[in-house]
Amino acid sequence: MNEHVLEEIRRIVPRERIFLDLAERHSYGYDASFGEYLPDVVIQPKSAEEISALVKLCNRHKIPVYPRGSATSLSGGPLPVYGGMVLDMSQMKDKLIIDRENLLAIVSPGIITADIHKKAEEAGLFYPPDPSSSHVSTIGGNILENSSGPKGLKYGTTKEYVIGLEVVTPLGDIIRTGGKTVKNVTGYDLTRLIVGSEGTLGIVTEIILRLIPKPPARKTLLAAFDRVEDSGHAITKILSSGILPAAMELMDNACIRAVEEYSLCGLPVDKEAVVIIEVDGHPAAVEEEIVRCEEICRRQGASLVNVAKDEAERDAIWKARRMVSPAITKMGPTKISEDATVPRSQIPAMMRKLHEIREKYRLQLVVFGHAGDGNLHPNIITDKRNREEMKRVELAIGEIFEAAVSLGGTLSGEHGIGTLKAPYMEMELGPAGLAMMRKIKDSWDPNGIMNPGKIFPRPGQTKVELI
Amino acid sequence: MESLRERLFNAAHESANRCVQCGYCLPVCPTYQTMGKESASPRGRINLVRLAAEGKIDIGEHLAPPLDLCLGCRACEVACPVNVPYGSILEAAKEAIALHHHSAGQQGPSAEGKWKRRVTVLALRRLFPYPRRLRLAGAGMWLYQRMGLGRLVRAAGVLEKRFAPLAAFERVLPEAESPFRRYRFGEVFPARGEKKARVAFFAGCVMDAMMNRINRQSIELLTMAGLEVVVPKGQNCCGALHAHQGYTEEARELAKRNIEAFEASGADCVVNNAGGCGAMLKEYPHLFRDDPEWSGRAERFAAKSKDITQLLVQFGPLPYVKPVEAVVTYQDSCHLRNVQGVWKEPRELIRSVPGVTFAELEQSELCCASGGIYNLQHFQESMQMLDGKMEKAKKTRADIIVTTNPGCMLQMKLGVERAGMAGETRAVHLVELLAEACGIGQGILRKGKAADRM
Repeated sequence: MNEHVLEEIRRIVPRERIFLDLAERHSYGYDASFGEYLPDVVIQPKSAEEISALVKLCNRHKIPVYPRGSATSLSGGPLPVYGGMVLDMSQMKDKLIIDRENLLAIVSPGIITADIHKKAEEAGLFYPPDPSSSHVSTIGGNILENSSGPKGLKYGTTKEYVIGLEVVTPLGDIIRTGGKTVKNVTGYDLTRLIVGSEGTLGIVTEIILRLIPKPPARKTLLAAFDRVEDSGHAITKILSSGILPAAMELMDNACIRAVEEYSLCGLPVDKEAVVIIEVDGHPAAVEEEIVRCEEICRRQGASLVNVAKDEAERDAIWKARRMVSPAITKMGPTKISEDATVPRSQIPAMMRKLHEIREKYRLQLVVFGHAGDGNLHPNIITDKRNREEMKRVELAIGEIFEAAVSLGGTLSGEHGIGTLKAPYMEMELGPAGLAMMRKIKDSWDPNGIMNPGKIFPRPGQTKVELI
Repeated sequence: MESLRERLFNAAHESANRCVQCGYCLPVCPTYQTMGKESASPRGRINLVRLAAEGKIDIGEHLAPPLDLCLGCRACEVACPVNVPYGSILEAAKEAIALHHHSAGQQGPSAEGKWKRRVTVLALRRLFPYPRRLRLAGAGMWLYQRMGLGRLVRAAGVLEKRFAPLAAFERVLPEAESPFRRYRFGEVFPARGEKKARVAFFAGCVMDAMMNRINRQSIELLTMAGLEVVVPKGQNCCGALHAHQGYTEEARELAKRNIEAFEASGADCVVNNAGGCGAMLKEYPHLFRDDPEWSGRAERFAAKSKDITQLLVQFGPLPYVKPVEAVVTYQDSCHLRNVQGVWKEPRELIRSVPGVTFAELEQSELCCASGGIYNLQHFQESMQMLDGKMEKAKKTRADIIVTTNPGCMLQMKLGVERAGMAGETRAVHLVELLAEACGIGQGILRKGKAADRM
């Protein structure tokens, strides 16, 4: 990195928070997805003012700048694909205030999402979004990727809980969007624009989150079906019966077998699908709802239904779900985790399509996911050193997206577009839709320095290249 | 001949490549928590090992500093959803780093670094492998303490001036056992009452030399539980310090002698009272994975190896005769918990002691940063982590902090001193607490007499 620029950086941030050593820089070149890059400098900012000054400097010198939280991204969001400057936001974690009167949390971007859960619960409150990496992910990265986890169906997704932000814009200005009120119609809803923008429209330096009262009781069941279609029908029947479960998780047969082989959870390996349903709310209502869920599952052909009698049994059910990730990773060193999402009624059709793709490309593909909101996680287990297979994987990924979009769904429910799904944006949005997004990006970031290389495809790029 | 890089590649690349970089290890890593940078996290370190194996970074210049800062607590292995064998990756990297320094003429980063490395190497090669030399050192310590030399040395500030970390630990060393009261190697202690099994006692190096009394009490407790205890001749240091510092060959030699000694003892199992040593004994098969002659013997040895808490729970209850009216908390030994998977038994035993009120320590599973000899090598970093630990310990209002490993015990003793809790809190080995309740203790609740011997 140019010595003059470094000198300027040192005037903004003290040396001990500027990393130039090769090992340090390599340590900020990856996330939980694909690709390995090398930034020129890594900085751990501690305030919006520092970030503002750094972003202005990056504009002057046309240096790409990449905000990064805990780098748990599955789509390449924080990858420094063009080198430049990585801002490690994980150490900006001073503020975590629970405002009980206004049911709010006011937090710094480097706060871990699970710490918000914990603090809110201590105050008898509840922050529902709960992506599976919430004990690792920073809230800043979490809201910028807009990932939500299993509770989206009943409680809505992350974007429904973010009501105010402090943001350093791509030109280095510090702005505030939204505020502390649940209702706010003053001008464009920039808060919603920033949430899920994957760091391409600015760097979030403070977040105001809405909290809700904590549901006092919950009940959980596990149902197994001989046919995937039946599980789909059970899900839609439950939802149309007036019950809104807090979570509805689905696993296909390949997934069930992988989990059972990995650690004995007592799953029925001969069944085509397993559904985990959890209801929460008032204790009396919860008791009644779980019984009705059980009845509906049985009527729709469930050959086995287990209702957890206590916390230990509930843990045992959820353990099976938690074991999915380690179980399937045992099948091979490379895991590609997609999150194509379809309207709920299309889940059985999507499952069929996914199984066809698995046969066609002869891949290890297992499916699990949040059935209640149509957010499936087809996972391909492969080995990135096997070039021939990786080529088939690339084609399969393209077909998964085509299937989701053709069924009225979307490329991504919560992992984000990043680098991995950028080539397919036009497939879903059409040329005009994508151009509109580009206009927004260009007007916010005229120099193209804010997390470049993400969301938008390169010219002529129509499919992902993993190797 | 294969280069150092190739050697590292063959030993660790496949394992490092299994990391999916999900970051689930970040919240449980004590060094990431205090240092706050990715290179101080397991995910970061695994990535650097992979890059070094691929020749993208230099083993000495880039890989060594972040790897040296790892405590080796292995908490990341428990958190890892895909079972990346961090311990073996770390060991391979440490070996490559040690070989690199060796071939580069032991050029440390500074004169002090060079000196520290020389002392470490000397101790690993010339002291720890020899029980008799260690016992001599232990006797020396007893004499030193008996003659009141400690007070003289401290008054003169000799150690403070030369090497502050050693001075800190000199102050908290436990009272050494008289050379005349020590058990002999080869001795057999009969079971009290009906004999339920024959066990071989693994004495360890530091435990045998410096904390011989805890070993003696361990043997007595085992006999009280109905076990016949033999202290096999020919045993020596477990080799953990060597393996963790990258001296794998030396570790293998020590392991062979231990396996032979215990095979000859005819015991049903091998029992130890130090979480760190126990973990090493459990992992002997890893040392001999490419050695058909020894791998089977190492497997059988490891399968028989048990922590004393497991045996006392299995063959107990102990014949308690005296209540210990105290609030007691427990700091896990990382290698007992993360490598051997033993965390219930120590708690069960503490709760079983009459009079004890058990208070769980928040984040008791987070390393105390003793880390073998980490606290001597990286004193500042270690003390920062220790002070955080003591904040949590204060909240328990414990009279006694129990540990299950000698390194952790010394570290917690130092922590108690640093936190100004010496008047009201003591750090002890679990065996000392149990011995106290069984009437063979030394009085572990001497409140107010903070100095003890100090």
